[in-house]
Amino acid sequence: MVEILSRELLAENIWQTKVYAPRIAKSAKPGQFIIVRAEEHGERIPLTIADYDSEQGTVTMVTQALGVSTKKIVAKAEGESFADLAGPLGRPSDFVAEDINELRKKRFIFVAGGVGTAPVYPQVKWLHEHGVEVDVIIGAKTKDMLIYTDKMREVATNLYIATDDGSEGFHGLVTTLLEKLVTEQGKSYNCCVAIGPMIMMKFVTLTAKKFDLPCIVSLNALMVDGTGMCGACRVTIAGKTKFTCVDGPEFNAYDVDFDEAMRRQGMYRTQEQRATAIAAERAAGHKCNIGLDK
Amino acid sequence: MANKIPRVPVREQDPVVRATNFGEVCLGYSLEEATLEASRCLNCKNPRCVAACPVGIQIPHFIEALKGGDVKGAADIIAQDSSLPSICGRVCPQESQCEGSCILGIKGESVAIGKLERFVGDWRLENPQEVALPESNGKRVAIVGSGPAGLACASDLAKLGYQVTVFEALHEVGGVLVYGIPEFRLPKRGVVAKEVESVKRLGVKFETDVIVGRTVTIDSLMDEEGFDAVFIGSGAGLPRFMGIEGENFNGVVSANEFLTRANLMRAYDDDYDTPIYVGQRVVVVGGGNVAMDAVRTAKRLGAEATIVYRRSEAELPARVEEVHHAKAEGIEFRMLTNPTRVIGDEKGWVRGLNCVRMELGEPDASGRRSPIEVAGSDFEIECDVVIMALGTSPNPLIASTTANLETTRRGCIVADEDGRTTRKGVFAGGDTVTGAATVILAMGAGRKAAAAIDKYLQE
Repeated sequence: MVEILSRELLAENIWQTKVYAPRIAKSAKPGQFIIVRAEEHGERIPLTIADYDSEQGTVTMVTQALGVSTKKIVAKAEGESFADLAGPLGRPSDFVAEDINELRKKRFIFVAGGVGTAPVYPQVKWLHEHGVEVDVIIGAKTKDMLIYTDKMREVATNLYIATDDGSEGFHGLVTTLLEKLVTEQGKSYNCCVAIGPMIMMKFVTLTAKKFDLPCIVSLNALMVDGTGMCGACRVTIAGKTKFTCVDGPEFNAYDVDFDEAMRRQGMYRTQEQRATAIAAERAAGHKCNIGLDK
Repeated sequence: MANKIPRVPVREQDPVVRATNFGEVCLGYSLEEATLEASRCLNCKNPRCVAACPVGIQIPHFIEALKGGDVKGAADIIAQDSSLPSICGRVCPQESQCEGSCILGIKGESVAIGKLERFVGDWRLENPQEVALPESNGKRVAIVGSGPAGLACASDLAKLGYQVTVFEALHEVGGVLVYGIPEFRLPKRGVVAKEVESVKRLGVKFETDVIVGRTVTIDSLMDEEGFDAVFIGSGAGLPRFMGIEGENFNGVVSANEFLTRANLMRAYDDDYDTPIYVGQRVVVVGGGNVAMDAVRTAKRLGAEATIVYRRSEAELPARVEEVHHAKAEGIEFRMLTNPTRVIGDEKGWVRGLNCVRMELGEPDASGRRSPIEVAGSDFEIECDVVIMALGTSPNPLIASTTANLETTRRGCIVADEDGRTTRKGVFAGGDTVTGAATVILAMGAGRKAAAAIDKYLQE
């Protein structure tokens, strides 16, 4: 059992949960992820690591409640516990192993979309702590859906915000903002890291390509075990099949077959919709007379 | 003198009924049936069955005890050589081991050694033995993986007075016994959980959700957590794919994924959240036990299910019993058939499997006649799910994060007969050393390594 230390609502349906997981906190590095199973009947859900503290032994995750399983995760409050937490999984970001002096010569631009802002934070924080200059773009549909802006401001050299409706920051898409930064504001970057919805990552990659800007993306493929056992997370990278869980989750964006990756994400959509519908029905209509739903 | 009666048939669930449920297929012998079957054993002077058993169980001796109704005596005899009889009695390929060598099998039917072992093993689970544990010798051993190799190694070491902790990457203990082998062949609560309980009673600690190579490393276990030795029994969990066109279409899954969803995640039960996709027509590629498990699981989930295998039925590597069971349940077998391409629809979902017919040529290195493609024999099998059951290889996660741990070209950890690896204090056994093999070989390797670890730590 994994003890939940705190839970906080960040935006509509987006929750931050901090748990006590000392082994994971000690081993975690930027770019890695965890797998959560909320309770005995739950699915194993891969989530990104939003923060970790090896001294306190804590790991923080941010979850957007969309389906049955993610709703079970965010429903767990302080003092309750998750059945399981496994990790850290996947390979750390490449920069962690790079020569620090070489790294300091580089200038990074991170493009974070929606709930993808959470996994960007530990990367930017790590780079900041190691004296590397980092600019960050955070994009969301609207102002109320923005998360982690204050935390990010503390570690980013420059923070830019884009909203689809213009309610905060730049009015438009993150790709347009990225293009403006380079072409109009004369910004120059050596590496772009994009984390967010697959469709956003696809278009950030296309934008980066225009400026020959090396680009890395973190893929959120479907998974079961997360350790290389099942192959549900297969993606095509430069024409070869790779497992997101052990070969990734970060890949050279230019090599990723995004269309296949998006299609594969929908593999269980029908079953998920059914499960959500059943859960809604149960929640709305059926009241258990013998208290099994308590 | 042995009874000249025919082999006592074992009760099974009716094929039509069982093809729609996940209850165990074989119901096992009663005491009367077991003693009657035991009476068929000739108690040979030179028991060929013992020589054919990978761990040398004293088969005629335990059967002799069973003849007189002494089930406890039989259990004690088996326990000298095997720690998992209720499991091995269910999953061993007896026809190519003990029963395949039985003298009675030459002219008639061999003694049902597997069913007798299972009977004795199940009795032991219901009547657990009080074990007087020796005082702790203060030495600590870490076991990586809670499958058959790890469980066997852990229980032997605990009985010798070691403090043992087993680390399991998944959320449930049992390894392939839990994620791989289906409920209808090996009940999880009724058998596996009870075997694990008996290991726990020896004082062995289990830590789930610990991925060695990620959460901790072999080095951190030895240097920081103070373990004096490590046994790696992490199995062979990495699925193979064919590398043919269309293999990433939606609807193509590894047998590992399909079975993990059904077994570990219990996707067949509506009370569990994990989804599983079975479609209308499932084709399973492969001929081993895992292929049989996958195809029979698909059938139970309501699909029409077919096995496609490139050699002929005689070469099927699966246990004969599983093939019989599968056929009785209505599984279609298409032998001498090899897939060449997965066909997808315009949205990228599987709609068929393009295959070629094969014929058998000269025997290859494995001694089996190698299949050769029949030119121009392309044809299509209509299906919406393709399950690849082509074998597995060891997960590189541990080897790649441990210094001085040599592996073979195929990714297996190099270890000698007793499980010693190239790294001092680190031992390994089971599928991670041999590549995918059997439960009994893994169990045997775990026990040998336990003896070697004891010797190493006493030096």
